[in-house]
Amino acid sequence: MAILVGIMVAGSVYLILGRNLIRFIFGLVLASNAVNLLLFTGGRLSNPAPPLIPPDALTPAGPVANALPQALMLTAIVIGFALLVFIFVLFYRAYQEIGTVDTEFMRLAEPVDAVTPGPTCSIEPEEV
Amino acid sequence: MEGKLPARVRWHYLAALLPAGLFALLGANLPATAGGQIWNWQVDWVAGLGATLGLRLDGLSMLFGLVITAVGTLVTVYSGAYIGGHRNTGRYQILLQSFMVAMLGLVLADNLILLFIFWELTTFTSFLLIGFEHDRTDARESARQALFVTGAGGLAMLAGFILIGQAAGSYSLTEVLTHGNRLTRDPRYPIILVLVLAGAFTKSAQFPFHFWLPNAMTAPTPISAFLHSATMVKAGIYLLARLHPVMSGPPAWTTTLTLFGAVTALTGAIMAFGQTDLKRILAYTTLMALGMLTLFLGGTHTAALVAAMTFFLVHALYKSALFLVVGILDHETGTRRLDAVRGLRRPMPWTAAAALAAALSMAGFPLFFGFVGKEIMYDGALSMDFLPGPVTVVAVAANTLMTAVAGILFVRPFLGRLDAAGTAIHEAPPPLFGGPLLLGGTGILFGIIPGWVSRWLIQPAVHAMGQDGSPVTLSLFHGLSLPLLLSIITLTVGVGCYLSRHTLARLVFQGTRVWPLPLESAYQGVLRGILGIGRWQTRWLQNGSLHRYLFVIIAAFVGLSTWALAAGGQWPAPGGIPELALREWLLVGLEAAAVVAVVMTRTRLVAISGLGVVGAGLALIFLIFGAPDVALTQLMVETLTVIIVAVILLRLPDLRSRECGDRPVRIADGLLALAAGTAVAVMLINATAAPLDRGVTAFYEQQSLVAAHGRNIVNVILVDFRALDTLGEITVVALAGLSAFALIRRERNGRGGPWER
Repeated sequence: MAILVGIMVAGSVYLILGRNLIRFIFGLVLASNAVNLLLFTGGRLSNPAPPLIPPDALTPAGPVANALPQALMLTAIVIGFALLVFIFVLFYRAYQEIGTVDTEFMRLAEPVDAVTPGPTCSIEPEEV
Repeated sequence: MEGKLPARVRWHYLAALLPAGLFALLGANLPATAGGQIWNWQVDWVAGLGATLGLRLDGLSMLFGLVITAVGTLVTVYSGAYIGGHRNTGRYQILLQSFMVAMLGLVLADNLILLFIFWELTTFTSFLLIGFEHDRTDARESARQALFVTGAGGLAMLAGFILIGQAAGSYSLTEVLTHGNRLTRDPRYPIILVLVLAGAFTKSAQFPFHFWLPNAMTAPTPISAFLHSATMVKAGIYLLARLHPVMSGPPAWTTTLTLFGAVTALTGAIMAFGQTDLKRILAYTTLMALGMLTLFLGGTHTAALVAAMTFFLVHALYKSALFLVVGILDHETGTRRLDAVRGLRRPMPWTAAAALAAALSMAGFPLFFGFVGKEIMYDGALSMDFLPGPVTVVAVAANTLMTAVAGILFVRPFLGRLDAAGTAIHEAPPPLFGGPLLLGGTGILFGIIPGWVSRWLIQPAVHAMGQDGSPVTLSLFHGLSLPLLLSIITLTVGVGCYLSRHTLARLVFQGTRVWPLPLESAYQGVLRGILGIGRWQTRWLQNGSLHRYLFVIIAAFVGLSTWALAAGGQWPAPGGIPELALREWLLVGLEAAAVVAVVMTRTRLVAISGLGVVGAGLALIFLIFGAPDVALTQLMVETLTVIIVAVILLRLPDLRSRECGDRPVRIADGLLALAAGTAVAVMLINATAAPLDRGVTAFYEQQSLVAAHGRNIVNVILVDFRALDTLGEITVVALAGLSAFALIRRERNGRGGPWER
């Protein structure tokens, strides 16, 4: 399972490092999933029984799965989703205004000048 | 200029009550310190660091403290008339008094750390005062230069103090001073010496750090009189004198101080001739004085120390008087050029009298305190441990040049015929000429009663420097001795130098052209280098490319975690492949394949499907390992994500043309991604190999039903135990939804925001 987390992290990092914003977002989705799986694995996978208390008992009967990381993950999943939606809309608007999905050309905050040379090519030369 | 002072400047005289009060307070303790008593006051401050808020008053501190408060009082009064009406007078007075208090704290501090703090406070206030006319470029640059040079020296000094504290076992000066030669025997002594001297030499403008002092003359003239002649530049001298009992003796001390002092003294004395600005002339003569003081502190005999302390007092009196006189000339005539005005003795008799008294003391004429100082200087020079002969020659040469400069300073502006333009010049108001007149008069008074001065001021200071109790006596006439002969030579040759001053000035001018000292340009070079490094690293690290930022951040993460893993040395035991059922293996394999597909694909549809597979597979994994709630949520969120991505993606361009340019960059990205994945995997394997503390989970398991009446533990945690967290989470979701809505709405309205072109 740890290796799967590793693969997901590797994939997301590669996507995030790309210049295309769409792939950047894919990387973000992947990273969010990877972190959730990391939390889950960190809580150990030894007990397949869900953390429920049977109707006739005061405490869970026998060993159950770790409830704490599950609760944290639930929060993380929902917040990750909210963040994703916001970022997605933000990027979409940015694309509409700037007309590119190439991060090297999104330079309103840090314009190209003598100190920071701009990119030599665009990933979407034919884009309007 | 004006006969009556505007009412708004009168409050300056109130400010003078502070230094005057402190002066009276110190003066009241004079009998005690003259009797060898040491007044001590301690409060614990940062006990863990050995820093106590300790003050200590002995003969040495008394001498410096009296000079600081006396000159401080006169300068404050003077400033009222000098700068009154300037729009920033309030700030000026605050800074001036802050400096005065910091300087007093410096000479009274008993703790080395406290001394350092006061030292830096004088540096800062000096920076602000030099740059007081902050709308002038040269003032700003001079202020910055003084700050950098003295600040760097101060840091070195702090390092030296810490070493002293370690070697002596205490930061308290009272304790350090009882240790005798423990410091000089310590193996760290050479390092301590270099560091402490770096602080003292930068502060007291010793060669090769002397260049900041003449530049600091952009400060208002009363500031120069106070900081750059009488007090702040003497802080280095004070430090050398303070540590003299425990650090002097080894040849390293004697040689360094003697050589640097001599070079500084001669440089200052010679360069003074090449100047036409009265203030710069004074600045260079101050260099000469600081050099002589350092030189004498290189000696270990009583005579040398008496010479240092006496000359300190002599110089403080005449130099601050001369600075204040130059300030008056500047104020009343509007120029500080040496040749601009002549014959000012007629319109400005009081100022002329003050200038005459100070100049004669500087030249060392008999009956003036300067004469006493010069005699004792020759006495001290002859007693030096290191090369007494050459040192005496240096002392005679420097004093000769001083005599000539004193002549120039008085004769040029005050004697001669007043030209037509000068008839409009008036005498300055009393607050202006009062200060220099008082200082000049004190020079005469001390010259007449040298015995009193040595009994009450010089002897206690010298005794505080660890000299045995042998009495110190100054007198006007020492008898027919070698110092008297040297004094006569000095005066005679000095007059000769004055007469041939034009030739000398030309020689100095040509000399600096043929052989310019590259110190200032070296300083500029270092400054440019630092700025260059800053620009280079900005260009490299902050080039505005998102890719570069992320690459650096992730590389740092990988590097740090690898380092932590390697340093921890706890790698998982091999063969730890978990026992998984076939369906679980299939699931993991499917997930991995989906990830690869998302990364490799060029079509949006495949990417979206891949993401969906990853998300749904994750939900299955949660389900298998006992997390049905999480699986449910994951499935819902995943579905929504895919829908939203699909909706928006259709409006964005395709994933084509991945092959933009730099293939090596993408290969590096891939390698970094693999490294990050490996680092995370290894860390996770390590983490799961360690025993798990289920304490918190156990608490929830125990209390879920009993305390919160819920049988689904995960739900209970979310809505009960950690309900506030969940509330925050809901807020985040709501805010994200609102923001997204706002962004979309803007588009629908069609009118752009800040990005519209």
